[in-house]
Amino acid sequence: MRLFSKKTFAHGVHPPEAKEATAGLAIRRFPFPPSLTIPLSQHIGKPAVPVVREGEEVIRGQLLAEPDGFMSVAMHAPASGIVRRIGLMPSASGKMVPGIYLEPFPGSSQEVPDGAGVDLESATADEIIAGIQAAGIVGLGGAAFPTHVKLKIPEGKRCETLIINGVECEPFLTTDHRVMLEQSDDIFMGIRYLMKLTQAAKCFIGIEANKPDAAQHLQDKLPADLQAEVEVAVLPVKYPQGAEKMLITALTGHEVPSGGLPIEVGAVVVNVATTAEIGRLLPVGQGIQERVITVTGPAVKKKGNYRILIGTPLRFILDEVGVEDDIARVFMGGPMMGPAVSSLDIPVVKGTSGVTAFTLREGGDTPPKEYPCIRCAYCVDACPIFLNPSQLGLLAKNGEFATMAEEHHLMDCFECGSCSFVCPSHIPLVQHFRVAKAAVRKAKAS
Amino acid sequence: MVSVAKTLQLRTSPHVTSGASVDLIMRHVVWALVPTALFGVYAFGLTAAVTLSAALASCLLAEWLLCKWSEQPSTLSDWSVAVTGLLYGLTLPPGLPVWMTMLGGFIAVGLGKHLFGGLGYNPFNPALVGRAVMQAAFPVGMTTWHAAFGSGRFSSVPSSLFTFPFAAPEYTDALTSATPLAAWKFEHNLAAASDLVMGFTTGSTGETSAVLILLGGAYLAARKMMNWRIPLSIFVTVAVLTFALHLASPEAYPTAPFMLLSGGLMLGAVFMATDMVASPMTTLGVVIYGALIGVLTVTIRLWGGMPEGVMYAILLANAVAPHIDRLVRPTVYGTSGRKA
Repeated sequence: MRLFSKKTFAHGVHPPEAKEATAGLAIRRFPFPPSLTIPLSQHIGKPAVPVVREGEEVIRGQLLAEPDGFMSVAMHAPASGIVRRIGLMPSASGKMVPGIYLEPFPGSSQEVPDGAGVDLESATADEIIAGIQAAGIVGLGGAAFPTHVKLKIPEGKRCETLIINGVECEPFLTTDHRVMLEQSDDIFMGIRYLMKLTQAAKCFIGIEANKPDAAQHLQDKLPADLQAEVEVAVLPVKYPQGAEKMLITALTGHEVPSGGLPIEVGAVVVNVATTAEIGRLLPVGQGIQERVITVTGPAVKKKGNYRILIGTPLRFILDEVGVEDDIARVFMGGPMMGPAVSSLDIPVVKGTSGVTAFTLREGGDTPPKEYPCIRCAYCVDACPIFLNPSQLGLLAKNGEFATMAEEHHLMDCFECGSCSFVCPSHIPLVQHFRVAKAAVRKAKAS
Repeated sequence: MVSVAKTLQLRTSPHVTSGASVDLIMRHVVWALVPTALFGVYAFGLTAAVTLSAALASCLLAEWLLCKWSEQPSTLSDWSVAVTGLLYGLTLPPGLPVWMTMLGGFIAVGLGKHLFGGLGYNPFNPALVGRAVMQAAFPVGMTTWHAAFGSGRFSSVPSSLFTFPFAAPEYTDALTSATPLAAWKFEHNLAAASDLVMGFTTGSTGETSAVLILLGGAYLAARKMMNWRIPLSIFVTVAVLTFALHLASPEAYPTAPFMLLSGGLMLGAVFMATDMVASPMTTLGVVIYGALIGVLTVTIRLWGGMPEGVMYAILLANAVAPHIDRLVRPTVYGTSGRKA
């Protein structure tokens, strides 16, 4: 184990970690809600296509929707029940999206039948990739990028390093931390599949130094057959180290080319919870029905790490855990990158690693007063990819989106929010960049 | 079961901040200047207190009036004008007629800041703009220095202080004295380094005590509210240049410690050149910017007609700061320097 290595990426910030409330709490199963709303698109790419009808009874783990092409994944029934409706439903993005309304049977045993598993010994790379897609696995760290797509190594490229991302740099969240402590066998099984598939010579499990128990546990449990290739690497705590590019740089020293994929520097990065799901689901041929979610924040009474069914509405979750009277804001994920939700009818999805709720005491009634940019350069020293957020912010205010993209590398921004976090003028820089990026993409498409 | 039926606030992420804010930074700059200002009052007496108060009051008044006239909400609460007012006062010779001080305060805030759009848009340090105009308009008043630690400094003020506007002030020779830089330039008298460090010399209200200025600077640097690379770059440049020149010709050029510690170099390097708005943003940029200020200061002091050149050096460097930023843009991650 590489303990307390100095290796990290340049720049970045140190937000309050706020993980102590839930880091020590074991994962517990959350109650099944009276109804589930399951979006057909819980991943980047094309929505899945329903294979069930309204009124149809389904059993837990049954295929609800199949992938539409390679850039898409399957969706399985999170619970045994009846499909009430297939139609539009609210989503975290604010738009109505197509989805399936499922009403779980209260009296069901909720047992998941096994399917045709993927045998580790005999399976080919393509069979493992197909198995991952069929299991509906996406990046559980929050990006929700279809995992099998990034594992498809393009012709002529080689994967040198497999990186298992257990950094969890987002404040408040402890799902990956608990999964590492409680599901090490699943993680190692997942690594076996991934090593076989990628043919990587080396595998790092990247963990930040604020989770020494998880690093020690994985080191202690490291099976004999993996000891030669797998290294548990402890990294200094810094946000956004969990971002794919930053983690690759921290561990290998390589920079992923602008606009390129990690495979171009011989690396593939998979989130640790995703790896655990691969290791858990592939041998038994099941699909994702649930995931571990940290329900936390000052407004939450019974904070914890819960195994929650995909499609459980936020309202049900917050009702179960209890909230403070002055609850004011709820976000999907943590406070650095998590979007605030406008409605509690929105369900948790595969990419939801946390539900964080703030009260009025955190930030008051209105956002802090915005001052003009004083060119303090805090953002310049924070940006992990060396943009000049100050200048981009001024251009964004003038609507010069094309200039931002063409001359100032706007499209390289991965919206970590470090610039907004440090800005003493409280300029919503990263929000300006989200808007600008959307405008540039739209202009390019038309 | 408690039902969650609240109005949810929609804000954009990140939902946490570092706690830094403009008014906090400005307040800390003011705190960092307090020891220097108090020492000025101690060294020069009531005169300095009057000059500092007049400078501060005129800047605050100008900010308030300009906001009112332009129908903008008052920006007094961001504390930036307090920094400008205090810095401006500290660069003035104590004993400058109050009406001149106040006129300069209006010019600093009006011409130096609001004409360009207010906080964040001023290409030059507003306090120095005010001082530069005063230097051009009132060369005698701005270069008549009162001796520090005069015996009656807490019981009386020089008559020049309350001269009527546009009347020529009268100075009593007994009270005035030459600054170390002028003494060196025109009389070839080199002040002792220890006096310069402690501030036992003549000069502007706030420029004499190197040790207190550095203390304030260290406080701000520790709180990351000042980019320490700027003063460091200035000091290194001035020290290296002067050391080389002094080595070549000890008769013609002063020593490096004298150059570093005399005049407004300390105050300028630590509190003026570091004006966030008017200095570059990148690490390499601020090093170049500091070096430029150092070279210009040495050039003006040694070969120019004036004994002091820090003010013009900083203003010139302010002017090129945006160009420095454009020249030395850092390489964006994953681009190896390629364009987008």
